Amino acid sequence: MILMKIEKNTWVQIHKILLNPAERTANLPEDTKKVPLEMWVKGYLLSSANIGDIVIIRTRTGRIEEGTLVAVNPSYMHNFGHFVPELLKIDDIVKSAVFGSEKDA
Amino acid sequence: MPDMSYQALIGRKNEIMKKSVGIDYSQYERGNIAFDYEKLLSDSGYSLDEIMRIQHQSGVGNTPLKELRNITALARKAAKPGFGARIFVKDESLNDSGSFKARRASISCYHAKKSGYTGVIAATSGNYGAAVASQAAKYGLKCIIVQECFDSRGIGQPEIIEKARACEAYGAEVIQLSVGPELFYTFLRLLEETGYFNASLYSPFSVKGIETLGYEIVKDSLRLNGREPDAVVITNAGGGNLTGTARGMLQATDKKIETIAASVNLKGLHMASDHDFNRKSFTTGHTGFGIPFVTLPDRSDVPRSAARPLRYMDRYVTVNQGEVFFMTEALTVLEGIERGPAGNISLAAAFAIAREMPEDKIIVVQETEYTGAGKHHQAQLDFARQNGIDVRFGDPKDEIPGESIILPARIEDIRVEDIDLDGLRDSFIRNAVKNHTSVNDTDIDYLCEETRATREFVTSFLEQSGIKREED
Repeated sequence: MILMKIEKNTWVQIHKILLNPAERTANLPEDTKKVPLEMWVKGYLLSSANIGDIVIIRTRTGRIEEGTLVAVNPSYMHNFGHFVPELLKIDDIVKSAVFGSEKDA
Repeated sequence: MPDMSYQALIGRKNEIMKKSVGIDYSQYERGNIAFDYEKLLSDSGYSLDEIMRIQHQSGVGNTPLKELRNITALARKAAKPGFGARIFVKDESLNDSGSFKARRASISCYHAKKSGYTGVIAATSGNYGAAVASQAAKYGLKCIIVQECFDSRGIGQPEIIEKARACEAYGAEVIQLSVGPELFYTFLRLLEETGYFNASLYSPFSVKGIETLGYEIVKDSLRLNGREPDAVVITNAGGGNLTGTARGMLQATDKKIETIAASVNLKGLHMASDHDFNRKSFTTGHTGFGIPFVTLPDRSDVPRSAARPLRYMDRYVTVNQGEVFFMTEALTVLEGIERGPAGNISLAAAFAIAREMPEDKIIVVQETEYTGAGKHHQAQLDFARQNGIDVRFGDPKDEIPGESIILPARIEDIRVEDIDLDGLRDSFIRNAVKNHTSVNDTDIDYLCEETRATREFVTSFLEQSGIKREED
C-alpha cells in the first residue's frame, strides 16, 4: 500500500492514551478499569506525516498537543438515524385523542 | 516543570481553582462543615438588573412563554373531570446557542473578559459547551470544551458528537475523552497550562445567570394570565438550573410557587461505566447526576458549588426515557415545535402532574432545547436500538434503563414517580458529616438551611449517627 503523505498545516485529528489501565483512579467500575483513558483532539499538523504516525499539532487555541494521527479534515457524520416507525404511531395516538380519529370525522 | 502526575495535579487543585475562578473559597468556610452560601453568591458582584442588561446585550433571555393548548387538551383526555392544569413552556431553545445554558455562560464569559482572562474552559458534554463557545465568540475569548464522548470501542454518543460540532462551529477547541471521572485531571491540566477562566457550571456566576429565567417566568405569567404560575417543573442534573430558577422566582414574587425537580430515571446504570455509557439515551437531566448532586453538591469542579437544589425543591419526581421521547414527539405534532428530548424531561413530568391539578391552575415547563442531527429523538431512539436496547410500546413503568425504552401505549400511562425528600435529606447530612466526629451550632443551622429540615430532624439524625455536639 502506498501511503499518501499528509502535508504540513493540514487540519487533522489525533488520538492519545492519557492514562493506561494501571494508572487510572481507584473506584472505577470493573469494565472501565480494564480500558485506558483516551483523548481525541483536532489541530493543524506541524510537519508532514502519515496516518498512524506520532505527530505534533497546533490546536484552535494555539496549544501544542502530541498524539497518533487518525484523521484528515475530520468530518461530522452524525445524523437522524434510521427511521423509527413508532413515532408515526405516537402521532396517531395523540392526534386522535385531541382532534378525533379519521373514523370519527 | 511542575509534576504532571495524576496525584500531583489533583494535589494542586485548590491553587488552580483559586486562580481560574478568581474566588478564594476558604473565606466562606464556617464551623466544621458549614459555609456562608448567601455571601458567596452576593460577593459575585452582579445584581439581577445588571445580569439582565448583560444578557440582553448578548442574545440571551426574554424568551417567549408559550401556552401548550393542545398538550393541555391531551392531558385533560386522561384526567378526572375538572382536572388538567394549563401547561405553559418557556421556549429557552430561542436563546443564542439553543438552550437555557446560554444564561449561565453569559455571565461567566462577561466576567472572564472583564477580569482580563484571555480564554475560558468548561468541562461539559451537554448544551453548556455550545453556550460557552457561543458567548466566548462574542467576547473574543478563546475557548476549550472538555467532553466525555466516546466509549472504549470509539463509539461516540450522537448527542455529544453534535455538541462537539456546535462548539467547533462557534470556534472552540474541543477535547474529547473516553469514559471516566479522570476527565477532571485533563480539565485541571488545561486550566493550569492556559491560565484561562474556569467557566464552571457551579460557580456563582453560572447560577446567578439563571435567576433571570425564574424571574421572567413569573413576570411572563403575570402579563399573560394576570397571576403567577402555581407550579414550575425544572429538569434537574447538577442542580444549578433548579437553584437559579427558584432564586429568580423568589425575587419576582412573594407568592409560593411549587418548585418541582424532574429527572429521567436511569436507575441501575453506572455513570462511570464504559459499557453503560452508550446504553443510555440521555446524557444529562438524569438521576445518575441528579441524585448524587442533590445529596452532595460539592462533588462539583469548584470547592463549593453555588447549585444547592435541596434548598429550593418542594418535590422531586422521575420520568422514564420512553415517556420523554413520547412527549417530544407529541410536542412536535400537536404544537408544531420541534425540540430536543433532553429539554423535554420537564415537559413529560409536567404533563403527568398537570393531570393531578385542577383545570384553572397553571404549570410551567421551564425550558426547551434545540434539536438536530444526533440530538433528535429519532436519532436517539435509533442509536438505542443499534446498541441492543429494546424499544417498544407498553407500560413505561416496566422500562429497565440500559435494557429497554418503553413508549407509553396509552396517555394515562405517563406518570411521575416521587423521590422521598426526607431520604435525600438524610443522605445530604450523612455526606456533609462524613469524616467528622462533631459539629457545632453553626453547622446545625447550616444543615437546616441546606436541607430545609427542622432542627429536630437534623439533630435527631446526628444523634443517631453518633456525631457529637461542640460548643461554638
